[in-house]
Amino acid sequence: MVTLTINGEQHELDVPDEMPLLWVIRDVVGLTGTKFGCGLALCGCCTMHIDGQAMRTCVLPASYAIGKKITTIEGLSPDSSSALQKAWIAEQVPQCGYCQSGQLMAASALLAKNPRPSDADIDQAMTNICRCGTYESIRAAIRRAAASADQALR
Amino acid sequence: MNAALSRSDFIRLTASFAGSLVLSAGADGCSKPSQTQQGLVANDGFSPNVWLSVHPDDTIAFVINRSEMGQGVMTGLPTLLAEELDVSLSKVTIEVAQPEASYLYPGQKEMNTGGSTSMRDSWLPLRQAGATARAMLVQAAAKQWGVDPSTLTTNVGTVVDASGRTATYGSLATAASQLPVPQNVALKSPDKFRLIGKTTVQRPDAPSKVNGTAKYGIDVVVPGMKYAAIARCPVFGGKVKSFDASKAKAVKGVTDVVQVPTGVAVIAGNTWAAFQGKSALVVEWDEGPNAQLNSEYMFADGQRLARDPSKGVVALQRGNVESVSGKAIEGMYLGPFLAHATMEPQNATADVRADSAEIWAPTQAQTRALLRTMKITGLPAEKIAIHTAMLGGGFGRRLQSDYIEEAVEVSKAIGAPVKVQWTREDDTQHDFYRPMSVNAIAAVLDEGGRIAAMTHRIVAEATGREYRPKQFGQAHGIDGSALRGITDAPYDLPNYTVTYIEKEYGVPVGSWRAPDANWNTFVVESFMDELAHAAGKDPVEFRLAHLQPGSPAALALKSVAQRAKWGERRQGGIYQGAAIMVWNGSVGALVADLSMNGKTPKVNHVTAVVHIGTVVNPEIVVAQVRSAINFGLSAALTGKITLKNGRVQQANFDTYTVLQMADAPSIDVYPMPSQEHPTGIGELGLPGIAPAMGNAIFAATGKRIRRLPFSDSLA
Repeated sequence: MVTLTINGEQHELDVPDEMPLLWVIRDVVGLTGTKFGCGLALCGCCTMHIDGQAMRTCVLPASYAIGKKITTIEGLSPDSSSALQKAWIAEQVPQCGYCQSGQLMAASALLAKNPRPSDADIDQAMTNICRCGTYESIRAAIRRAAASADQALR
Repeated sequence: MNAALSRSDFIRLTASFAGSLVLSAGADGCSKPSQTQQGLVANDGFSPNVWLSVHPDDTIAFVINRSEMGQGVMTGLPTLLAEELDVSLSKVTIEVAQPEASYLYPGQKEMNTGGSTSMRDSWLPLRQAGATARAMLVQAAAKQWGVDPSTLTTNVGTVVDASGRTATYGSLATAASQLPVPQNVALKSPDKFRLIGKTTVQRPDAPSKVNGTAKYGIDVVVPGMKYAAIARCPVFGGKVKSFDASKAKAVKGVTDVVQVPTGVAVIAGNTWAAFQGKSALVVEWDEGPNAQLNSEYMFADGQRLARDPSKGVVALQRGNVESVSGKAIEGMYLGPFLAHATMEPQNATADVRADSAEIWAPTQAQTRALLRTMKITGLPAEKIAIHTAMLGGGFGRRLQSDYIEEAVEVSKAIGAPVKVQWTREDDTQHDFYRPMSVNAIAAVLDEGGRIAAMTHRIVAEATGREYRPKQFGQAHGIDGSALRGITDAPYDLPNYTVTYIEKEYGVPVGSWRAPDANWNTFVVESFMDELAHAAGKDPVEFRLAHLQPGSPAALALKSVAQRAKWGERRQGGIYQGAAIMVWNGSVGALVADLSMNGKTPKVNHVTAVVHIGTVVNPEIVVAQVRSAINFGLSAALTGKITLKNGRVQQANFDTYTVLQMADAPSIDVYPMPSQEHPTGIGELGLPGIAPAMGNAIFAATGKRIRRLPFSDSLA
């Protein structure tokens, strides 16, 4: 048995310790917002926050997350109200949308560390793959979210 | 064909999967509900045609016959209906149709999504559907109020009379459903458009794509469902000789191992266990005749065929190239196989029972999925349901039904619902690839520096064969689709011969975003640049000299040159390259601004002008052009699938590398103003980027690159 805290809720799960967190959360817990893209931590579709750090969970054993706080896209905000999610809508970022859960989780971790990232900071931090090529819109949405957070502070 | 569903459990599962019922399809264009909805739709609903229904509670349901894969049909097609019906898109639910004949447009034979045809095909039928329904609602109000319908108007979901009296569409639905369906209802004139061409229409699928609730094929869960992974022969066409399931069955969670036509399926209680079981499986393969396939051999063979004048069929002939003499400028261009690498690896879920079957899949080809399921199960169409999930990218990959057939086979074999999930490695190594292509192109310039004659010999596999087998008689041998980007290139060439040499090597090929043009345009537009330099002319001026003045291509090229400040001196080592692109009636031109970082090219900025008729959604047009350019840029930089000993050498994103944010340029997109019938925009942006890059690399380095990807040729 593995006990995991996912989006603030405790789950007791009968899964092997080494089962990747992605598959525990998708197939066993039933939260399917986080996606599978490569299985080698290369594409970022499976990005979640573990104690606030963006991590690629397709290669992360479930046991790693025991006692840690796991946040998935479903837990990013209760009602899609985070500055990033609003910015994603305002910029109409998603096309097929499959990578966007991971993109949002990566962007959210970036802004938590660096609330006013430069374009170079964004390019360096955002290595998630998008085959629809929404990169320019993602950059714009991150800048928009950063600016709206600035606005909120003033 | 009529796949109307008669079983109540189909409907229940549909509802639980998509969150809403498929409503109101009057198969014959009248208000009679089809078999699908009997007992489910309130009798007083209003369904003047298969595309929409209005309910007494003012809810409205639209049905679209195309798949949403990011290109925006869930926005664009409902926009057409909502424009003419005069309703707010926010009040509308959207469902993807079943592959039933009633949902096909006139002249359409199959339900599928490809070729940038959705908007072009939907433009009139969906507007007519919306306008007809609106006319009936107005008529119902006129009858109720005892006034002349011509005195009434509508205002976003309500009918309004001159005195300001209003009635909602929902309140009129029952009365409207009793009226005869009027014919030839007038459509709005463009100056009255409230939604078409406006930037206020937002994607209805966007909210679900930022909070994890959008349901893709991979997210489908059916009660009692198993998970499967399939071991396939690493060599195309190979077969299972024998297998030992003991190690696979020892993996916790694995319940079953069964042989299927494409390999050996490992069945488990979750995806990861299925993957683990597949890795543990021991299979001996009969690799078959393709075990010796090597890319270098294929390229050498292709060049031999391209040079052999006894080979090939003349596909296009203008004037007489033999009448021209002079020193020929020649180029041999080599293009690799490419994988699609949709972000969502292939998957499908099937529940095959004795008397019915149900499929949930991220598919671009519902009719094909239906026909193949009928063949495998022996069931008639009306006992099969094909539910279209959201697609995590399509790009032509999901015009194939191989992954759906696998799910049907596995479900049939184990007698339970099952989701077959591919790994990324499966996806890269068992694709239907963009064909490799070898092109021998040559031209003679006249004294004025104009093209006097050109010949183009193409060696490539036919992606169109599976769709148009009758075109491939022994004597004929021309795949018209293989010549897109060449035979429809806009240049005025008086003496021009195109020869097609079809060559199959045993590698599965298929449609890949802007099929055929995605490579052919690289050849044509790179070679036009070669000729411009040979003639001592500016590449844009040289192209314009070979275009009809005032043609869409000439206008687009002039416009993009002006917007990109073509020819002005650049700071910071920026060089420009231009290209014209055509795709299925759409025309455009682009300029790439590029710099060299050592041997690595970087595209910093792209300017594109597109001529696609009426722009229905300006933001989506910009997004699609950017998307297509990035897709093409990714392939041009590093994309290649190579074979060694019959095996694909690339497997995951470390070996089949794709574009990341740091290498994505800023892209400005300018649609040309037009009120013409829309063409399409999902693919047009792609064919121009690779040649524009190559031409800019030539400007920067003096090196002409005729083999892609650039990373290999510049290494």
